[in-house]
Amino acid sequence: MGALLSRDLRLAMRAGGGFGLGLAFFLLLAVLVPLGVGPEGGTLGRIAPGILWVGALLACLLSLDRIFALDFEDGSLDLLATSPMPLEAVVAVKALAHWMVTGVPLTLVAPVLGVLLNLPVEGYGWLVLSLALGTPALSVIGAFGAALVVGVKRGGLLLSLLVLPLYVPTLIFGAEVVKRGAAGLEVAVPLLLLAGITLAAGALLPFAAAAAIRINLR
Amino acid sequence: MSIWEYANPKRFMQTSAWVLPWVAVLALACLVAGLIWGFFFTPDDFRQGSTVKIIYLHVPSAMMAINAWVMMLVTSLIWLVRRHHVSALAAKAAAPIGLTFTVIALVTGAFWGQPMWGTWWAWDPRLTSFLILTLFYLGYIALWQAVENPDTAADLTAVLCLVGSVFALLSRYAVLFWNQGLHQGASLSLDKEENVADVFWLPLLVCIAGFVLLFVALVLMRTRTEIRARRLQALLARERLA
Repeated sequence: MGALLSRDLRLAMRAGGGFGLGLAFFLLLAVLVPLGVGPEGGTLGRIAPGILWVGALLACLLSLDRIFALDFEDGSLDLLATSPMPLEAVVAVKALAHWMVTGVPLTLVAPVLGVLLNLPVEGYGWLVLSLALGTPALSVIGAFGAALVVGVKRGGLLLSLLVLPLYVPTLIFGAEVVKRGAAGLEVAVPLLLLAGITLAAGALLPFAAAAAIRINLR
Repeated sequence: MSIWEYANPKRFMQTSAWVLPWVAVLALACLVAGLIWGFFFTPDDFRQGSTVKIIYLHVPSAMMAINAWVMMLVTSLIWLVRRHHVSALAAKAAAPIGLTFTVIALVTGAFWGQPMWGTWWAWDPRLTSFLILTLFYLGYIALWQAVENPDTAADLTAVLCLVGSVFALLSRYAVLFWNQGLHQGASLSLDKEENVADVFWLPLLVCIAGFVLLFVALVLMRTRTEIRARRLQALLARERLA
């Protein structure tokens, strides 16, 4: 498991492309939105939680098809499927690797972009916390979507269409945490629901994703 | 005699050929009767005027949009557990019909919302969850189209349907949390004495029955088409081998 994790991480770091793209996309969005919306701090501060969460979600979406597609093409997914490690664990590790190269950097960069978007001071802690809690769910749900379309050539568009409705609850609760946090309101309820989604998705979806991969490798 | 006998495509084709005309005629009769009754022989609502009559299309199609997904969920489960091809094909057949009902519900709702709420669209929980349901239908249909091997496609879409159902339910309650509604609450339920005044209620019931029958007729028809297409492909494959 450790070997697979470090292999995936090393591939992501050295192959370039995909994963850096997500971060660049997030940065671009945070720079372009104020240029488009206008510089008034009040408006920006009000939409900042939503923009940051949508940006993180889309940035995550960008690199999803790389989770399994490359391994499927060069045949290493077949090797992983026949290895003694259960396929469910392979999926979980790959989702974890995806989170470490997209979710974690996004979470760390988000406060800086919050400054650009004039996020109220009370919001920063909740922004980092909600992204740290919510982005693992994005990666796991995305891994499930990627497993479904792994056999489809150029499945990028299809993948976004499949994953987008699955992301809705995570986005709603995640953005709600930041919105309430920035307004100085009670955040416990959406925060707990967000954590619940992440835990449930992490516990259950690897099984569904592994089933989808087995069907695709048949 | 068990219900699984109908999982045999031949048996299904025989029975459905016999049932289909009856269901289709009944659906037509109910729809024509219900819609004419509803549109021309019910009084206008004292506050909403004649716009209230859109419920004869809006409510049944919205109900069937959800029921179609539930039916797909059940048939997907049957396919995953018992591997009956008719079941998978029925789920495939139902998806575009469900999508159409969803769109009808959204469009008729917009037509009603414009004069009543003063807006075509509002990010109300019910409206939003229907929009999300549309996305689920689109994704489901797209996955069927994208995967070439029919058995692989059936398996993958069945898994998507199961996972999607959980997330659809989750989204339904998430949007409730996110915004307070403009849409009225549920006015129809089985355990109330009177839901809506009888003058509106009776034609509505006829329309709902008509939509259910229409859905059954369309699913039967499309499933029969799918089975025939599958047979055709088998014949072609056999010819190529010979």
